[in-house]
Amino acid sequence: MKPGAKKEINFSDGYKFILDNETGAAMSYVLIPITLLLVIISFVVDRKKTFSALQQAGKRLLTILPVLLLVLILVSAVLYFVPEKNISEYLSNGNKYFSILVAVLIGSIALMPGFIAFPLSGVLYQNGVPMMVIAGFTTTLMMVGILTFPVEQKYFGTKVAVLRNVISLGIALVISLVIGIVFGEI
Amino acid sequence: MEKKRTNIIKQCILLIVIVLFGMFILLSWWTGFSPGMLIFDTLISYSTEILIIFPFVFVLISLFEVWVKQETVEKHLGANSGIRGFLWAILLGGTTLGPMLVALPIAHALSRKGARLSVVFTYIGAASVCRIPMTVFEASYLGILFTVIRYAVSIPLIILSSVILGRYLDKRKYTIQKGG
Repeated sequence: MKPGAKKEINFSDGYKFILDNETGAAMSYVLIPITLLLVIISFVVDRKKTFSALQQAGKRLLTILPVLLLVLILVSAVLYFVPEKNISEYLSNGNKYFSILVAVLIGSIALMPGFIAFPLSGVLYQNGVPMMVIAGFTTTLMMVGILTFPVEQKYFGTKVAVLRNVISLGIALVISLVIGIVFGEI
Repeated sequence: MEKKRTNIIKQCILLIVIVLFGMFILLSWWTGFSPGMLIFDTLISYSTEILIIFPFVFVLISLFEVWVKQETVEKHLGANSGIRGFLWAILLGGTTLGPMLVALPIAHALSRKGARLSVVFTYIGAASVCRIPMTVFEASYLGILFTVIRYAVSIPLIILSSVILGRYLDKRKYTIQKGG
């Protein structure tokens, strides 16, 4: 998504969001100038160090690029089979405990920025989806990354990546439980 | 030697997958196969942001590596940093912009510079659940109570699990991969 681009999502139950990609834009508008400024300062102070840093950056980027491309391909393929707009349908079906499991599963797979996930969650809550289901969905969305696993594996190894994701899944379930208790849903 | 060979095989498989995907997209354009074109559209809309941001993130990481002294990182995030290490990890995580994909290379760089494992894992956890812009969105759509509970439950659990995971890995003499 280009900075400032608009993203339109039609959810299956008739809700429609048109979102300015503010987070993305803010990110690029902050990140890019700051980086450039720091490079210039660094260059003025020590040319040699700066060159070696830029070289190192290029090298590291090239090392991770194939894995990153793989992740992006996975994301787009999965999104084709499980479109974002169907998510509300999956979450609002049936038994609430079963819904938590579905929510946790979808949250672990999906990659969705917060500026889409939270408005969606707000609508789901108004439609009667329990808070604990929403908590399971948003927490796993943030902490567990099945599709980004290849990148994590590349940096930290298979074992650590698996352990971290499993622990995060556990934390998400605990959060969902506590939310359920506090909101009187259990 | 054996490890090197499996690495090369992995790289080859990766390249083959990427090339095959490229061919699939090209063929889809050629024949007007709409699922293929739709997948490509999604890929473009998801990738541009990540692909624009990533080079800048890596430049920042490299500048950090060149200018910040190993001792400084060790002092604040290393083996003897105590509670301060976790405070830094949460502060850094909360102010990291962007998705977890961005936090991973940063975490790796911190670890190369001498941050201890439990602090690195806390950083990854904080970068995924405590990001400030995201928190604002969360609180405005789901209410302050939701956000407060989520913070109160997740931060202690993240620190606890990071400490346990860090100790376990230290015992197993785990070292972070040099490359990447």
